[in-house]
Amino acid sequence: MSQQRPIRVLMGKPGLDGHDVGAKIVSMALRDKGMEIIYTGLHSTIDQIVQIAAQEGVDVIGLSILSGAHVPIAQKLIKKLKEKGMSDVPVVMGGVIPKKDIAVLKQCGIAAVCSFSTPLPQVVETVSKVAGTRKRA
Amino acid sequence: MSEKKKEEKKKEEKKYGFDWGLEPKPVYKPEDLKGIEYEKDIGHPGEYPFIRGTFPLMYRSRPPLHRIYSGFLSGEDTNARLRYLFDRGMNTMSIALDLPTQLGLDSDDPRAEDEVGRIGVAIDSLQDMEDILKGIDLGKVSTNITINALAPILLSMYVAVGEKQGVGKDQINIVTQNDILKEYVVRGAWIFPPRPALRTTVDVIEYCAREIPKASPVSVAAGHLRSSGATAAQEIGWGFAIAFAYLQTALDRGMDVDQVASFITFTFHNKLNFFEEAAKYRAARRIWARLLKERFGAKNPRSLLLRSFGGGGMEELTMQEPLNNIIRETCVALGCILGGVQGIGLCCYDEAYTIPSPEAQLIQMRTVQILMEEANLGDVADPLGGSYYMERLTTDLENAIVAVMDEVDKAGGAVKAIEDGLIQRICARGAYERQKKIDSGERVWVGANKYVSEGEEWDVKLHEYDPTLQERQVQKLNKVRKERDNSKVQKCLKDLKEAAVSGANIVPPTLEAVKAYATVGEMTGVLREVFGEFKEPAVF
Repeated sequence: MSQQRPIRVLMGKPGLDGHDVGAKIVSMALRDKGMEIIYTGLHSTIDQIVQIAAQEGVDVIGLSILSGAHVPIAQKLIKKLKEKGMSDVPVVMGGVIPKKDIAVLKQCGIAAVCSFSTPLPQVVETVSKVAGTRKRA
Repeated sequence: MSEKKKEEKKKEEKKYGFDWGLEPKPVYKPEDLKGIEYEKDIGHPGEYPFIRGTFPLMYRSRPPLHRIYSGFLSGEDTNARLRYLFDRGMNTMSIALDLPTQLGLDSDDPRAEDEVGRIGVAIDSLQDMEDILKGIDLGKVSTNITINALAPILLSMYVAVGEKQGVGKDQINIVTQNDILKEYVVRGAWIFPPRPALRTTVDVIEYCAREIPKASPVSVAAGHLRSSGATAAQEIGWGFAIAFAYLQTALDRGMDVDQVASFITFTFHNKLNFFEEAAKYRAARRIWARLLKERFGAKNPRSLLLRSFGGGGMEELTMQEPLNNIIRETCVALGCILGGVQGIGLCCYDEAYTIPSPEAQLIQMRTVQILMEEANLGDVADPLGGSYYMERLTTDLENAIVAVMDEVDKAGGAVKAIEDGLIQRICARGAYERQKKIDSGERVWVGANKYVSEGEEWDVKLHEYDPTLQERQVQKLNKVRKERDNSKVQKCLKDLKEAAVSGANIVPPTLEAVKAYATVGEMTGVLREVFGEFKEPAVF
């Protein structure tokens, strides 16, 4: 069996919200499990996120959103990924996301949603699982 | 006992200790006070080194203010909520701004899309501030505005509304957070690079020292650091290091320490152990008084007084069984009151989900009212003073705070430590370790990681965002742009730019621009041209 390269994750903070503790600790947890993390930094636009994801050839896009704007952001990101032929890159969202919005986000095409209170091991598992649907040679 | 059983038993044993290093003993005794002399080290409330309180009679003479962070959608919506709270006994205002306003973007800026009026009230021009404050007498209330990078603009708007009401600058009582340095570590509402940002921070201090004697132009919000991974010792240590950076910048400009010191106040965040938090406020007062006197040579007794707001950070709340958060915030309030803060700002029980409902805000306000006016916790100053545990804990925590401050000094001061990413790294690491403790169950979260009730859903009424707001806000903005004297606006913006370039205080030209109804985006645009934008070195 050939050695698989590590899972590459783009961690994005779309929009204007600057609360990045969640993005950072999830990044650290994923890194501790051997994944490669590319962090966009604050105030990134959807275009920037998609562009970096393409350049870096990431397996998963993770987004941390605490501003309440998760639904419109998800809709725009998924649309942009489609336009760029990158619909196979799964997107995982985290942050302050009310339960009722989870179904809406999944309908938009978000692969998985972790909340404010999801334990880190579960977040890591979710990311591995969605990344598993992609080939990494 | 077999090895395996021993190991299991060890796992079950409760671990005691504070994250800044102390493992408390099961009981404290008279010998724990050895080396602590009442007259020299503690003293009475209102007397140096102020460990027992800032004022002699504490809450008997000055009941705590309680800030209820409010703001959403438009100025009219926010005004209605503020009036609801005033009608029920609110004694100070705290205004939450939306992200485009905090970052200097008008509501019609493409970058503001989806964010207008979402997490706070949308402000584009003086018109919005007039709507927020309609019918509220600025001569009678005090107001906190959580604004950092753009404190000169929001301060000017408040002053301009005061002028229209006939309330002079000498009567205005306003707190602008204006603590930009911590924004580079946590919270992220920065626009300009740290050095020019530091300059505008001090412009606000200088202006208030000259013109607005009742203002608190800087409220160092070290609580945000605590909420993002700092220990109690780091919260105070880093907070003071940041405050000293502002103070030193003002002194370098030729101001006197006694002109500046009393204009610097603090906002801290509590965790739930109210003994630790009370000790934190006590220790902080002693360090502040000592350093202002010994390091900065302050002569005016007022300069030695640490004035702080205490409150909760949302990180202590659970989404599960949200009503339990009321009890958590009661613990936060106890830490504030027993610690002798001047003001309290609790979280609402639904705040882990949403912009708080009016009912949740009312409960937050009632919590403090009940503790102060039914339980009468403010009748006696520093009620824990003299306790073997409290005095020992205060002294131990003080030593830990001083060690943190020494570290920052060695790293070249707060500005350098932040530019180098040192504080960011330690903070992020702290948050990660805390989360791991929650995940492993070592840090108990009742109803969330222990005694979890599976399958039971608690209802929280969610705040509804109004998706038509942006359009309404843009219409209002266009009307302002059409009706104002645009040549006057252009002249004001030119004056603002000249001040920014020359190094003159930018508050006076900002005030003129605000009065001419220049927009937040226009004024910020001018400053962006001069100061440039910050490039974030993301470190963790």
